Amino acid sequence: MNANQHLSGDERYTAIDRTMEQFRFEKDALLEVLNTAQEAFGYLSEDLLIYVSQKLKVPLSRVYGVSTFYHMFTFSPLGEHNCIICTGTACHVKGSDRIVQALEEAFGINAGETTTDGLFSLTTARCLGSCGLAPVIVIDGQVRGKETPESVTKHVKGVISLSREEQLVELEAT
Amino acid sequence: MNNAKLEELALKERRRQAKFRRRIFCCTSTACLSAGAGLTRQTLDQAVAACQCDEDEVEVVPTGCIGLCSRGPLVRVEQKQQGPVLYGNVSAEVAQQIVARYVPVRASVDEVENDGDSAQLSAHDILHFRSSLRAAGKKKELDKHLIPLDLPFFAKQVRVVLTETGQINPDKLEDYLAHDGYQALAHVLENMTPEEVCDEIQRSGLRGRGGAGFPTGLKWHFVRQEEHSRKFVIVNGDEGDPGAYMDRTVMEDDPHRVLEGMIICAYAVGANYGYFYIRGEYPIAIRRIRRAIRDARRRRILGQSVLGTDFGFDADIRIGAGAFVCGEETALIHSVEGKRGVPRIRPPYPSKSGLWGLPTVINNVETMANIPAIITRGADWYAAIGTEKSKGTKVFALAGQLRNTGLIEVPMGITLNEIVHEIGGGVPGEGEFKAAQTGGPSGGCIPSTYLDAPVDYESLSKLGSIMGSGGLVIIDDSTLMPEFARFFMDFCVDESCGKCVPCRVGTVQIRKLLDKIISGRGKPQDLEALDKLCWLVKKTSLCGLGQSAPNPVLSTLRYFKHEYEGLIQDIAPVEAGNGQV
Repeated sequence: MNANQHLSGDERYTAIDRTMEQFRFEKDALLEVLNTAQEAFGYLSEDLLIYVSQKLKVPLSRVYGVSTFYHMFTFSPLGEHNCIICTGTACHVKGSDRIVQALEEAFGINAGETTTDGLFSLTTARCLGSCGLAPVIVIDGQVRGKETPESVTKHVKGVISLSREEQLVELEAT
Repeated sequence: MNNAKLEELALKERRRQAKFRRRIFCCTSTACLSAGAGLTRQTLDQAVAACQCDEDEVEVVPTGCIGLCSRGPLVRVEQKQQGPVLYGNVSAEVAQQIVARYVPVRASVDEVENDGDSAQLSAHDILHFRSSLRAAGKKKELDKHLIPLDLPFFAKQVRVVLTETGQINPDKLEDYLAHDGYQALAHVLENMTPEEVCDEIQRSGLRGRGGAGFPTGLKWHFVRQEEHSRKFVIVNGDEGDPGAYMDRTVMEDDPHRVLEGMIICAYAVGANYGYFYIRGEYPIAIRRIRRAIRDARRRRILGQSVLGTDFGFDADIRIGAGAFVCGEETALIHSVEGKRGVPRIRPPYPSKSGLWGLPTVINNVETMANIPAIITRGADWYAAIGTEKSKGTKVFALAGQLRNTGLIEVPMGITLNEIVHEIGGGVPGEGEFKAAQTGGPSGGCIPSTYLDAPVDYESLSKLGSIMGSGGLVIIDDSTLMPEFARFFMDFCVDESCGKCVPCRVGTVQIRKLLDKIISGRGKPQDLEALDKLCWLVKKTSLCGLGQSAPNPVLSTLRYFKHEYEGLIQDIAPVEAGNGQV
């Protein structure tokens, strides 16, 4: 086992360590370190905050304070599929709230939540900056513009039913 | 590297570009990428590679925002001795048609060598591509995608900041050099004292493009006069206004221009280190600025000896993590220091006590991007553009209910009418123009009766709005104004950092009042309370966020009061409302 590796053997910690080393463990680099952690793990667990606090020698209260201040940090894992609806001004004017509402109704969750089967998360963003294509959504990293509530719901349902079938196949195999 | 070497590189790149008979520019900025420009570019690359024409026949250049984002992906073809041609909505199929029209096919099929960006193709691939090119060439639909370049959308614009966006490959330092890049910096280092630089910028009349409009030259003078061995420059790329993406475009599409402005600023104020503070939501901008810094270091444009002089400067990036308030300069400084991004009381201003308590200049991306042009073409030239108190140009992100939406740069003093009806092409469909919203959640709505007002700092603020960073959203009569005001208030409630009471509590109370009115439970006195509360928050909040948060409500109350009143009169007054305000 690599001496520099985290005791859990989880490689993702190496990325965080690298960022800390890059900034010579300066406390000022807390945001950079948290950014890396969010990227590597997808969300910031309590363990992760403690790890950063101990390594950077920054009080846990400050790590918690900083990480909860900024919107980009999340504290629970996202679903397998993630749909981001842009709710910026241009998208709002073109009816993005109706898209959010349609998805909330279709999947029985509020924006910012994940379905209980862990398949789908619905999130909103302030502005994705593609205002010329409003309303804009992002499904699993793929940007789609000029959408309607119907087109989005249909597309998301398609993506999810595909995953659900895969899950069933896996279950049967085991 | 010194200036002579810089010019040598520029000349070499200019010669290289001049040898191509045609150059095909494919917009790869965020908006066009969202519309599928990634596939368009890939298709162009592969199709051109499959043609196997002579080397100096054609080059495909990934470039920045061409402007008309609503028609993306955009592709521009430039040919020797002919004017450029622009195509819109270029899907992969249309891209093949473009290649079929402009690129000759060589008869033989060789294995293609892998040169740079173009993909490795087997003989089978080549034949396959060629057959689809032949099929595409037979279709006569390409002209439908043609966008005339004499459209008012293009003709009405004056490009200073966006001169090279859409003309150069943003990832290529040489391309920027070939367009006279870093010549302003070389001139400043060789011929001007720091004081002269500050004077020149002050004479140009340039004001901060982040929204507040503070004279840039004056700010630089303040920092220059501070006697301290360590000073900093921060470029504010924390563009948080929803509906605004000017700064992102400039960083993505012309990163070296921003960097050049930053280095000139550092020389003028005597700073040796600087930071780009960029929103985490802008991964492409971060990548391109990072690359620009790396390339500039390699060419000794950054480092201990900038362009061979004894002036040393280096820069780094700090990534924001999604907090609107971090656009405020003292909050931004806290964020760069790795803390919660809360503002503090000014004075002391950052020019006296900024990053780590040291003198710091903070300028917006667009402000920095203006600097090289002012130095190269002179303060007098710049001051001749615009109005008496607002000089130069302003970049706007034009969005909402308009035919043409996208990124525009217009001279200060242009009327809203020209922007909406000529550049924007008016409201599409059945709708009618209702209001222009400037300045995002800090700005206001300007109704059609004031469309003849000139766009400059003073007249916009007289109308109850602000210039802001450059978001310009047009709304038609399908939008209800109290509801629109609540949309912005929702934003401010979320984004209030919580440090001062007027903003933290006041915004929530304003939203509650709006909720009450919109749901039809409002009483006549609620309108009065709303107005009072808005002014209270405006006058007593600590930072710009709170001071400007009521603007959307106040401006809609001023121009669209009948809509609020209509909501109140519709409902029987006695039992309505639960008394909670």
